[in-house]
Amino acid sequence: MKLTLKIWRQKNAAAEGKIVEYPIDHIEPDMSFLEMLDILNDELIMKGDEPVAFDHDCREGICGMCSLYINGEAHGPDRGVTTCQLHMRMFKDGDTIFIEPFRAKAFPVIKDLVVDRSSFDRIQHAGGFISVNTSGNTIDANTIPINKKDADDAFDAAACIGCGACVASCKNSSAMLFVAAKVSQYALLPQGRIEATDRVLNMVSQMDAEGFGNCTNTGACEVECPKGISLENIARMNREYMSASLKG
Amino acid sequence: MAKSALLKSSIAKKVAMALSGLFLMLFLAQHFFINMTSVFSSDTFNSISHYMGNNPLVQFVIQPILIVGVIFHFIMGFVLDFKNRSARPIAYAKNNGAANSSWASRNMIVTGSVVLAFIALHFYDFWFPEMVYKYVDVSPLNETRYFHEMTEKFESPVRTALYSISFLLLSLHLWHGFNSSFQSVGFNNKYSKSLHTLGYAFAIVVPFGFIFIALFHHFNH
Repeated sequence: MKLTLKIWRQKNAAAEGKIVEYPIDHIEPDMSFLEMLDILNDELIMKGDEPVAFDHDCREGICGMCSLYINGEAHGPDRGVTTCQLHMRMFKDGDTIFIEPFRAKAFPVIKDLVVDRSSFDRIQHAGGFISVNTSGNTIDANTIPINKKDADDAFDAAACIGCGACVASCKNSSAMLFVAAKVSQYALLPQGRIEATDRVLNMVSQMDAEGFGNCTNTGACEVECPKGISLENIARMNREYMSASLKG
Repeated sequence: MAKSALLKSSIAKKVAMALSGLFLMLFLAQHFFINMTSVFSSDTFNSISHYMGNNPLVQFVIQPILIVGVIFHFIMGFVLDFKNRSARPIAYAKNNGAANSSWASRNMIVTGSVVLAFIALHFYDFWFPEMVYKYVDVSPLNETRYFHEMTEKFESPVRTALYSISFLLLSLHLWHGFNSSFQSVGFNNKYSKSLHTLGYAFAIVVPFGFIFIALFHHFNH
């Protein structure tokens, strides 16, 4: 395949960035998208140019490290996959592919396609945990019976890998799907109920402080989420938040 | 939790938008049913309009709440839209919004602004003259004037066209707004699919019903 890549290049966080065009040839349909970028970077290095910086780690779709806004969609045109699992067979010979960083005020660009997603870490620190006594008297979680539906829903919410595709896809740069997944995975389980009130209040407060936009229920986040996190979680978070606010 | 923190929170604003939207949809539904009577019976339309226009509860309690609701919904809509736009200072060079969301959901501010312009025209046509008639000129009660006042407005093809276009945009606003309101207040369960169908039906039947009423009177009077 012969392609034209239009890639956002930005030297550092302070520099102005711009789209730069790169022609690329001999791309196999079975290559992953990141392998295609590896080939481009090899060519750039051979020519003495600066390679394109992009995030990646496990390349198995589970770490949440890779990002990229490809042809106007987070993680590209495929569904239920991260960029590392996107394959070149999703494109045609002769295509022009736009590759941009995830865009949001709360995700500032560090370099080229790499963005700082530590705002997600700070939201997690605000309440995305349960406090467990690990002094040796810890009770096995499995001794508490849990309704199957709740267990399944909590597990589905916990599938969120925190990649930020929800923020990137949302026209408002809202992080509500991410925060809702983190709130839900604990709110549905008895172990998480103990701190549920503080958790939702603190996590939403941190989310707002980070400068994310507000959810308008377009549903784009759910469609683009590589892990299929459902909008039901946002509805649950809204209920949890309003009930926690009234209690508090 | 401090009340000020609640009022500033993104979720509280979202819930407030939803509740004001739900209230406005209720108002829209009753307005639709009243207007629809004008197609079948001018006497029925006149008597209901007279009741609504002279009942103290409607005039001095419900009407002010409605006006506050409309103003709140629009101001909050613009405030949230401004905030949401500022959450992405650099736009994408290429964005494929149609791949993951409906046009209606992405353009609520556009459709809402047209509806706002329509409300201004509607106030100019009906509400201000009505207030002047009743409370400034203190004209005598006339139970039969309403039907004529309405059909007179729809004689103009331009006004009828403006009304129809506005209601098309309102239909798109409701297409997303109805179901979005329920999602915002936390209603998402096994009944949501049926509710979505009801929402889409509401978004078609009510605005197109208003268009039908406008066209009916335009061509019949």
